[in-house]
Amino acid sequence: MTGFADQVYVLGRRSVLRTLRQPANVVAPLLFPMFLLAVNSGGLKAETKLPGFPTNSFVAFALAVPFIQGALFATMNAGTDLARDIQTGFLNRLSLTPMRGIAVLAGQLGGAVVLGIAQVAVYLGVGLAVGVRPASGVLGVLVLFVFALFVTLAFGALGAFAALRTGSGEAVQSLFPAFFVFLFISSMNIPRNLIEQTWFRDLATANPVSYLLECVRSLIITGWDAEALALGFGITGAITIVALSLSTWALRVRMARS
Amino acid sequence: MSEPAIQAEKLVREFKKGPRAVDGIDLVVAPGEIYGFLGPNGAGKSTTVHMLTTLLPPTSGTARVAGFDVVRDGPKVRARIGAALQEAALDPLLTGREHVRLQASLQALPRADRARRADELLGRVGLAEAADRKVRGYSGGMKRRLDLALALVHSPRILFLDEPTTGLDVQSRTALWSEVGRLAKDEGVTVFLTTQYLEEADVLADRVGIIDHGHIVAEGTPLALKAEVGRPTIEAIPADPAELGRASDVLARFGELVPCAENGVAVRLKGGESDLADVVRALDAEGLKVEHLQLHQPSLDDVFLAKTGRSLEGAGDEEEKEGPTSQLAMDAT
Repeated sequence: MTGFADQVYVLGRRSVLRTLRQPANVVAPLLFPMFLLAVNSGGLKAETKLPGFPTNSFVAFALAVPFIQGALFATMNAGTDLARDIQTGFLNRLSLTPMRGIAVLAGQLGGAVVLGIAQVAVYLGVGLAVGVRPASGVLGVLVLFVFALFVTLAFGALGAFAALRTGSGEAVQSLFPAFFVFLFISSMNIPRNLIEQTWFRDLATANPVSYLLECVRSLIITGWDAEALALGFGITGAITIVALSLSTWALRVRMARS
Repeated sequence: MSEPAIQAEKLVREFKKGPRAVDGIDLVVAPGEIYGFLGPNGAGKSTTVHMLTTLLPPTSGTARVAGFDVVRDGPKVRARIGAALQEAALDPLLTGREHVRLQASLQALPRADRARRADELLGRVGLAEAADRKVRGYSGGMKRRLDLALALVHSPRILFLDEPTTGLDVQSRTALWSEVGRLAKDEGVTVFLTTQYLEEADVLADRVGIIDHGHIVAEGTPLALKAEVGRPTIEAIPADPAELGRASDVLARFGELVPCAENGVAVRLKGGESDLADVVRALDAEGLKVEHLQLHQPSLDDVFLAKTGRSLEGAGDEEEKEGPTSQLAMDAT
């Protein structure tokens, strides 16, 4: 393994280890989205009777939501852990090694991505167990994992940016409600074309989170939908590029070693 | 003469909207030397360490560590130094062994050597048994010792220790001093040690620099600095407070009076320590019963007091408890 790859590997391993050693950080991202899925599937099942609803299974429709929620949890974990490293001086310790600065970010996000993908495997497993069969088949499931990787990376990089700019775990955690607002004003619970309130439909249409949900949903419900995939991957890619650029810049400022 | 391990010239660090934390200090530390950087909180010790370890760029001035400029040759400097900064920066969720192995990986030690190096260092700092316990269960002393082990992973020739024993109990402090002393003596490691403990600087350092408000106000060996301040003082507290005046007259024969406790009298001895026996005899001859008689050697706090006009806060208490004082509690008739 090259020096840089080794640095990323050991820092990514540390990121995974410290998450696994905080049971709340493992259990909450798994239980909370599944709980919400169960509640919504029970309470909103009648939506499937609406003309134009894309599937008979509300679980299949709602399964996209945990993907995004899981990524939000990854944001919190990646950001909070990084902020804690700044607060405790651990980042200074790392700065005193020959490590390349970007390895901190890559390791932290790498760990978040590994955990994010593990979460997605659990969400999909639950979906399969209750009878959801992805319309895009095995290849579609692989694409779902790739998409989950990018979504986790994008949100994780936003969390890392917040951590590097503020150096405060509390500041990172304060992002969580803000991200949740985006989730709730999206097509999370109903397809956009079935939203009756114009203002809400407009907000959901302007909200990038809607397209992330619809990308996942297309692979599960409708099969291969080029437009949904292009929008989902395109928006995720754009967020990833912007968030990674911002967090790389913030890291350079934070690690102002000569 | 070999090149200094650490050299700083007119080093300045100014913070935005803040004071000059370091205000033009000059330093030369020889290879293998233990240099104690002594000063109260906020004096500029940690800022100096951050500049010398490349973590903070100087506002002006120059510094070379291991022969390399801290601004231009940051990576080369970092490759040659180890540092344990003020807070033991550890991850509470990792074990001691995981910390050392992480550090060994980031210091690019060969993969095959990492486990052996971890065992060796953990054993050396007395953490072999606790190596596989998470750091959140470590005591303050154990954290500090692990911090030291991490600083030594890549066998640096220069070691920066920023207040390494602050908050530690006497036993942990002594163990850390012993290891630092061994590193310098047996392995020739140069140690730059900041402290607010007078005793620490006195016991460990070959030379001491005293910093206050960003300036070095005194520098030299502890002995030379104390000698510069002067002679020891003797303090007597008469058993009968009414005899304070007579006691004062007796002691005044041996030197100039200096301030002390209200119920006692103290003089700086003209003839140094050798006057002690004469003082006792003189008090005895006058029939003065003394409740307490104490000889105070000049301390680094006296040096600080002489140079700055005030005592080292907090550290002064430390010196009082553990400093180089010989005390005689006696009854003289």
